[in-house]
Amino acid sequence: MTKLIIDGKEIDVPAEYTLLQACEAAGAEIPRFCYHERLSIAGNCRMCLVEVKGGPKPVASCAWGVRDCRPGPKGEPPEISTRSPMVKKAREGVMEFLLINHPLDCPICDQGGECDLQDQAMGYGVDTSRFAENKRAVEDKYLGALVKTSMNRCIQCTRCVRFSAEVAGAPEMGATGRGEDMEITTYLEHALTSELQGNLVDICPVGALTSKPYAFAARPWELGKTQSIDVMDGVGSAIRVDTRGREVMRILPRINEAVNEEWISDKTRHVVDGLRTQRLDRPYIRAAGKLRAASWPEAFAAIAAKAARTDGKRIGAIAGDLAGVEEMFALKDLLAKFGSANLAVQGGDAFDPALGRGSYIFNPTLAGVEQADALLIIGANPRKEAAVFNARIRKRWRTGGFKVGVIGAKADLTYDYDHLGAGTETLSDLAAGKHSFMNVLKNAKNPIILVGAGAATRHDGAAILAAAAKLALDIGAVKDGWNGFGVLHETASRVGALDIGFSASGGGLNAAQMTTFGTLDLLFLLGADEINAPDGTFVVYIGTHGDRGAHRADVILPAAAYTEKSAIYVNTEGRVQMTGRAAFPPGEAREDWAIIRALSEALGKKLSYDSLSALRQAVFKAVPHLIRLDQIEAGSADQIKKLAGKGGSPEKAPFKPLVDDFYLTNPIARASAVMAECSRLASGHMLTAAE
Amino acid sequence: MSVRRLAPKEVQPASFAFTEENLAFAKQQIAKYPTGRQASAVIAILWRAQEQNEGWVSEAAIRVIADMLDMPYIRVLEVATFYTMFQLAPVGKKAHVQVCGTTPCRLRGAEDLIHVCESRIHHDPFHLSKDGNFSWEEVECLGACVNAPMVLIGKDTYEDLTTETFGKVLDGFASGNPPKPGPQNGRQFSAPVGGPTTLKETS
Repeated sequence: MTKLIIDGKEIDVPAEYTLLQACEAAGAEIPRFCYHERLSIAGNCRMCLVEVKGGPKPVASCAWGVRDCRPGPKGEPPEISTRSPMVKKAREGVMEFLLINHPLDCPICDQGGECDLQDQAMGYGVDTSRFAENKRAVEDKYLGALVKTSMNRCIQCTRCVRFSAEVAGAPEMGATGRGEDMEITTYLEHALTSELQGNLVDICPVGALTSKPYAFAARPWELGKTQSIDVMDGVGSAIRVDTRGREVMRILPRINEAVNEEWISDKTRHVVDGLRTQRLDRPYIRAAGKLRAASWPEAFAAIAAKAARTDGKRIGAIAGDLAGVEEMFALKDLLAKFGSANLAVQGGDAFDPALGRGSYIFNPTLAGVEQADALLIIGANPRKEAAVFNARIRKRWRTGGFKVGVIGAKADLTYDYDHLGAGTETLSDLAAGKHSFMNVLKNAKNPIILVGAGAATRHDGAAILAAAAKLALDIGAVKDGWNGFGVLHETASRVGALDIGFSASGGGLNAAQMTTFGTLDLLFLLGADEINAPDGTFVVYIGTHGDRGAHRADVILPAAAYTEKSAIYVNTEGRVQMTGRAAFPPGEAREDWAIIRALSEALGKKLSYDSLSALRQAVFKAVPHLIRLDQIEAGSADQIKKLAGKGGSPEKAPFKPLVDDFYLTNPIARASAVMAECSRLASGHMLTAAE
Repeated sequence: MSVRRLAPKEVQPASFAFTEENLAFAKQQIAKYPTGRQASAVIAILWRAQEQNEGWVSEAAIRVIADMLDMPYIRVLEVATFYTMFQLAPVGKKAHVQVCGTTPCRLRGAEDLIHVCESRIHHDPFHLSKDGNFSWEEVECLGACVNAPMVLIGKDTYEDLTTETFGKVLDGFASGNPPKPGPQNGRQFSAPVGGPTTLKETS
């Protein structure tokens, strides 16, 4: 610890702190542009100047360590001033320089109202400029479908360059030229390829990089802001949904150190226009092979007529990737009243909730990867299945002493890894000690065995899971204080579904059996679009978008998307989180749980809860850990031992990539024109890369 | 200095490959640095690429060097655009004249040399003359102030110029017999004009 006197106040800070951090610890506010907590230090904006007593000139506090400060002549602690006349003059000078070439176009700038430069010019600048010459003009650059540029506004803080090189792992941005002619660009203006590029917009302190889809759409002060949770992948990133009236205008990240730090993926951020298009806004009934609009009572009557003729055992339900816990719970209750336990969540067949949570959650936790020193990825591509988590793996890899092995398809993961093999035979070779990576895992203090959902969704998924769990036990990844076995789910609904037992383990049919011809007469799809319902089955689709499920449906019940309801989601590490309602569902669409509740009455099997809170009480009673929001009910070593004990022999076949197209994984994304454009650009990029 | 961009696509060669000799040089440069730090060799290799490629760095060369050093393309582009010693567009085949335009040379008549360039080569810097053999630019101090005004052509400096002697230098390059580098007024290096003035007696 090092003693400092900051603005007359003595403070003790760790020796590795920078002056800026020390000043913040002392409660002083330091303006800055180029400095960012999660990026390397550049020290080029000069806005963070402070006065160190005894020095001839102010120093850039972001790039000055506290251990570099010299004590006073009698050994007094170094004295720093953040409010002296020297500092004030320095800040005013820096601000005047920054504004020399910055256009005065705040009224037409998308950053207006949430601009660091605007705010700091008000706080630390002067009201006038002595610069009478022409301002510099810079050509705008093309950076792809998501980031719009207005390069006159750039103050060359290089945050975007550092972000793309360090966090995103796609070092595509750079600063060409120098001095006044320095320009931020990509190589020959190629489109960015990172799936985290949307964060460049957040990280830009001025309006040089703004969101292309959101361009000129709204002003920050006219938006309603709702804190919520993202459901595009299994990470459950913390988001803020900005709405104007009924419409969701944009989605921004919130800081949650345990989950997404402060990044979100492009799908999370730019799926917004998908919430407006292709929406189901009224019930439909299939009559004479064609869907026709209907009223709610008509739709319910059609289902009731079918249900009355159906044996309870021949009713089933499959939940989709975006289903919340409450609606799955209500649907499970409804089917139970028919005596059916035919329940499944998409891609969840291999998991057995009866074994306990530890067998299907990501036990090491997302943040826990930073304590790991070895990682084995089995049948997963974290970059596409959990882009934000992949950035965290990369963050761990950058600090060194971290070995990554991959069994599965080769892909650019933004960090170096040993490719051990393509399929299950490599896994068994590894377990038999025939591979040198086994030594890495055995010698590691905190190894992680990451099993992708891609491995588990195969028909021999259960055997693969068991083999991976056995490997985790063999290498000592599961011990006191460390549980290194984890399943990386790529969907938001799966862990929640398994938590409440929405799966075939209750003795019912699983998804594969339910989608086989002739097993079911009545099938409820709760937003399930990635399955093929068999011919001859009466399909009720409860969902939001006119996607594959709706095309197959016999009755469509329009429901609410994740921004339009408050629902519980459990992320891949088992963290219970709740979305907030930011807008209302369109037209006659209703919240999913309310649809199921109303349907139960029409079917004569009335569910007992009349409000969302009553339903939640029932959920919490059945599954108590769901009440603890933002916390993780940890899995235990016994559960993994039980999973390993299941045994089974996996088939010899290579793991296939689970996510072909990162941008089009769910019905909302498939309805989004922005995601379609991104997908087109990405596939074009793949083509040139393959050439 | 102005914004530095790569030359337009039309003049860019499709590919670039080092000669064997230069490739050996590049490998030797890379070997100077510890593994993982091979990017440090980028300036030396870019310079050699420029020499090989008739005095300018092409886009293809940037890609080849980036691949050689395991650097992202943009990083090499950053270096090539940062240093004015790298020419990004084709320069004169016989000579690219770099006229020093900093104060001492200016005071001793650099402006006249620039006028010569404007009339004999091209009105604007960085443009090829009609025959494609010459181009010129104004550069900052080249450190030969004692012999001002001066120009740099290739690796050689031509000093103590007047419009006439500079014209002769250009003629020499045009005809393929460049004059001897150094002062063009008969002076020995930067010794006094007209011979030594001190230490004449050596007894």
